[in-house]
Amino acid sequence: MTVIAVVDYGMGNLRSVRKALEHVGNGAVVEVTSAPERILRADRVVLPGVGAIGDCMNELHRLELVEALREAAGSKPFLGVCLGMQALLDFSEENQGVDCLGVLPGKARRFPAELTTDAGLKVPHMGWNGVLQQGRHPLWRGIADNSRFYFVHSYYVEPAEAALAAGVTRYGFDFAAVVARGNVFATQFHPEKSQRAGLDLLANFVRWDGSV
Amino acid sequence: MSLAKRIIPCLDVDNGRVVKGVQFVDIRDAGDPVEIARQYDAHGADEITFLDITASSQERETMVHVVEQVAGEVFIPLTVGGGIRTVADIRRMLNAGADKVAINTAAVSRPEFVAEAAERFGSQCIVVALDAKRVSKEGEPLRWEVFTHGGRRETGLDAVAWSQRMVANGAGEILLTSMDRDGTKQGFDVELTRAISDASGVPVIASGGVGNLQHLVDGVQLGRADAVLAASIFHFGEYTIEEAKDYMAAQGIEVRR
Repeated sequence: MTVIAVVDYGMGNLRSVRKALEHVGNGAVVEVTSAPERILRADRVVLPGVGAIGDCMNELHRLELVEALREAAGSKPFLGVCLGMQALLDFSEENQGVDCLGVLPGKARRFPAELTTDAGLKVPHMGWNGVLQQGRHPLWRGIADNSRFYFVHSYYVEPAEAALAAGVTRYGFDFAAVVARGNVFATQFHPEKSQRAGLDLLANFVRWDGSV
Repeated sequence: MSLAKRIIPCLDVDNGRVVKGVQFVDIRDAGDPVEIARQYDAHGADEITFLDITASSQERETMVHVVEQVAGEVFIPLTVGGGIRTVADIRRMLNAGADKVAINTAAVSRPEFVAEAAERFGSQCIVVALDAKRVSKEGEPLRWEVFTHGGRRETGLDAVAWSQRMVANGAGEILLTSMDRDGTKQGFDVELTRAISDASGVPVIASGGVGNLQHLVDGVQLGRADAVLAASIFHFGEYTIEEAKDYMAAQGIEVRR
């Protein structure tokens, strides 16, 4: 039976993530944990998160999770969600600049103020927006292109290589709603809050062997 | 495709039961928040808001259980308001599965509470509920003030300035209720909605006064609301969420289907 570790570093609606995984998991064991050895032992790992990146990275360091997460992200199916996606990058502009896990090349940037002043778009980007799939990926299986997912964020991900973007969303401009490489898939939106499409994506993750 | 305007049904919950119940199809227990939430989810609600109107603080714990049960079955965003006064209250609701909390009276009595909450949990989950009443006289420039305690207590605070202060403190969204329109079925106060939406820069949920589907359209097109919240038109089966979305889409508003 597959064991999914949901990383608990004191931030985020872990209960929702766990419940959604259990809902689609077909008997998968979902462990909410902050123990590095459990993350290393699990078959797959979810790094969720809401809040600010400074607190997130501080907690990951304090709980000595950084090395375990880097190792897991290099070896098994790994899903980052929202702040958990941004934490996988090299760097975030939030909180006067924070070094992140460096699993994927790129950085998180604040939505520019002109988005609101010129285009009248609100920040945070909050609600249901379409995601254009960039090529095929096992986690997109059975999900219609341009399906809507639930977003809530003020920072967006700018991957260092355009090819890392596995999904693109338009909010004044096009940004990477998903970045993926090898066994790592990370979403800016919340699949656990995105009803059918989100649950389908999580179901695909639970079945995924990490290859593309 | 762009960001969809949201439709949010709102349920008043008293000691774990939905007040007055709902009367749309397929409901076995009209007071069960879990079953009602499941139905609204199936009908295409974009989020669900629960307002806890439980009077006694001892019974507040029942709301936590309601949220836990709903969040275990309904995978769309959930907001909880009513009685949110401390960081511990917020943590309890978020841990139970709520995505956002709405802070109302506590924001007025202690504005720095909003800053503390946003600092600790992030702006994305901090909604400030703003109840406003029109105070300008006929012929004067429009002006609204913030009221608390269901519109009974005046604060003297200018609603537009207050919304900006709350955003500066870290509010990620504003749930704006017109106390003049609430319960009247005469439509949103679209001037109020527009004033707050233009001034605040964060998403605004319009609330108070919805009587028909054109009111939802007006809230978005005239009021520039990012989301519309309604209770009775959905609860009593006058319209379904699908009908509301069809109507809005026919008027050129982007909705999730």
